[in-house]
Amino acid sequence: MELISPTELAKEKVFTVQNYIVFCLQALGNLFRKPLYVADMVMQADTVGVGSLPIVVLTGFFTGAVLALQTSNTLERFGSITLVGQLVSTSMVRELGPVLTSLMVAGRNSSGMASELGSMIVTEQIDAMRALGTDPMKKLVTPRVVATVFMLFFLTIISDLVGLVGGLAISKVLLGLDARQYWSNAWQILVFQDIFMGLIKPVIFGFIIATVGCFYGMNARGGTQGVGRATTQAMVAASVLILAVDLIVTRLLMATLSYR
Amino acid sequence: MSAPTLPLDCAGVITPSDSSPAIVFENVAMSFGTNEVLRGVSFHLPRGETKAIFGVAGSGKSLILKLSLGLIRPDSGRIIVLGEDITHMREEDLFALRAKIGMVFQESALFDSLSVKENVAFRLMEEHGVYDDEIDRQVREVLRFVELEHTLDLDPSELSGGMRRRVAIARALITHPELLLYDSPTGGLDPVTSNTIIELIVKQRDVNHTSALLVTHRLQDAFTMATHQFDTKLNRMVALPKGQHCDVPMSFLILRDGKIIFDGDMQQLAHTQDEYIREYIS
Repeated sequence: MELISPTELAKEKVFTVQNYIVFCLQALGNLFRKPLYVADMVMQADTVGVGSLPIVVLTGFFTGAVLALQTSNTLERFGSITLVGQLVSTSMVRELGPVLTSLMVAGRNSSGMASELGSMIVTEQIDAMRALGTDPMKKLVTPRVVATVFMLFFLTIISDLVGLVGGLAISKVLLGLDARQYWSNAWQILVFQDIFMGLIKPVIFGFIIATVGCFYGMNARGGTQGVGRATTQAMVAASVLILAVDLIVTRLLMATLSYR
Repeated sequence: MSAPTLPLDCAGVITPSDSSPAIVFENVAMSFGTNEVLRGVSFHLPRGETKAIFGVAGSGKSLILKLSLGLIRPDSGRIIVLGEDITHMREEDLFALRAKIGMVFQESALFDSLSVKENVAFRLMEEHGVYDDEIDRQVREVLRFVELEHTLDLDPSELSGGMRRRVAIARALITHPELLLYDSPTGGLDPVTSNTIIELIVKQRDVNHTSALLVTHRLQDAFTMATHQFDTKLNRMVALPKGQHCDVPMSFLILRDGKIIFDGDMQQLAHTQDEYIREYIS
């Protein structure tokens, strides 16, 4: 294997970031240029949204359930076992709902987009599309970005709700808590800032999932091996980027929303 | 395999039509890293003519097609297609020009998520404003031209290699382009299927008088094209009698080490003294 100098490697990384930013701007800019492929957006929304629903529901339910189970032990020591609902609610809505849903959707769709577009690149289908007078960025990338942002928003709401149900199941069956009290606590603890933070994140993460997946797919080179590499890179990059951006966004929102 | 024999009875040369050439390459150079693929390539393709491009693998034959379509930009030089300088043309403007050009890719490049009908109709569906029944009529017409009307609702994965190539030709022809670019249309196909594809290309050349660049490794295909014409009454390709071969609007271009070493008609090719070319065509 050929060794690359650190300078060349750094240049390559900076160049990739630069290309990614240009790619994102193009994807966004196409929203304001005709034609707008609404049918493709609906089809992608079905693939991303409906297709991801089972894993999102399962992830949400088990996360809420295990959260209730893990925190009950500590809360019991302080005599505050009734606060399980509050803890599950704030954790799911602010943080775990958006992040875990995004990671699940990234694992399924970011890699899927990279492999689909990568295969189209290596079989010259993207060149054929350009040759037929259609812009692949408009036809393939922008609909995926719009659909993922839109559907991840609703998937996160579903995940939050199912997570609360998971917490309720554990609280009722294993901890013997009153269901009405659990719901009441879970609902009353939430404030506008929690909801806002929990719903702005999937919009940002959805954008990351789709753009990273499409970027690696559209830049796949080197036959089937290249497609496999692009698929793996897309999933890893999207997951790491979601976690890193989550930290930054959380800090920024806490500062700007005068968080308690 | 016996080498195709070159007819030596051609009395004249191809006369370019009066209108501007379909393609002009002026001193075009292109490199990938340190690999210089094209080094100052210049040629022109007159309207209505088919030019077959030969060369060993990696000599830049397919690259010339992609440059002609504006899919890749040259490092230097100038490319004029259908009267428009595309060397520095923006991608948005190229899309309008590409509506007048059809390309058949090496491996067909059919969209595997779409049916044969949707593949062939892709350009019409993208135009927005063409009615469904009109699209259906045109798709059937062009599929009938390539004798694949019965495959309308099949997926590309259900077709054989030769059928995929014919669907790709149909997709390129649907909007009646002024210029056609064929990238190894018979590559990897059996002789019978290859002959069917060549007959389709000859049919398009002689019936619709479309200008074309044809990249091929198979010399016999190009020589068949140069010695046959499509007979509309018989609805098949027929061999021309000796002495009439120069009526066929066909020329040859041979690449070697990134440069053109031959650009001319069949008579000139047959009489060349270049050792490399003689060895290549023998």
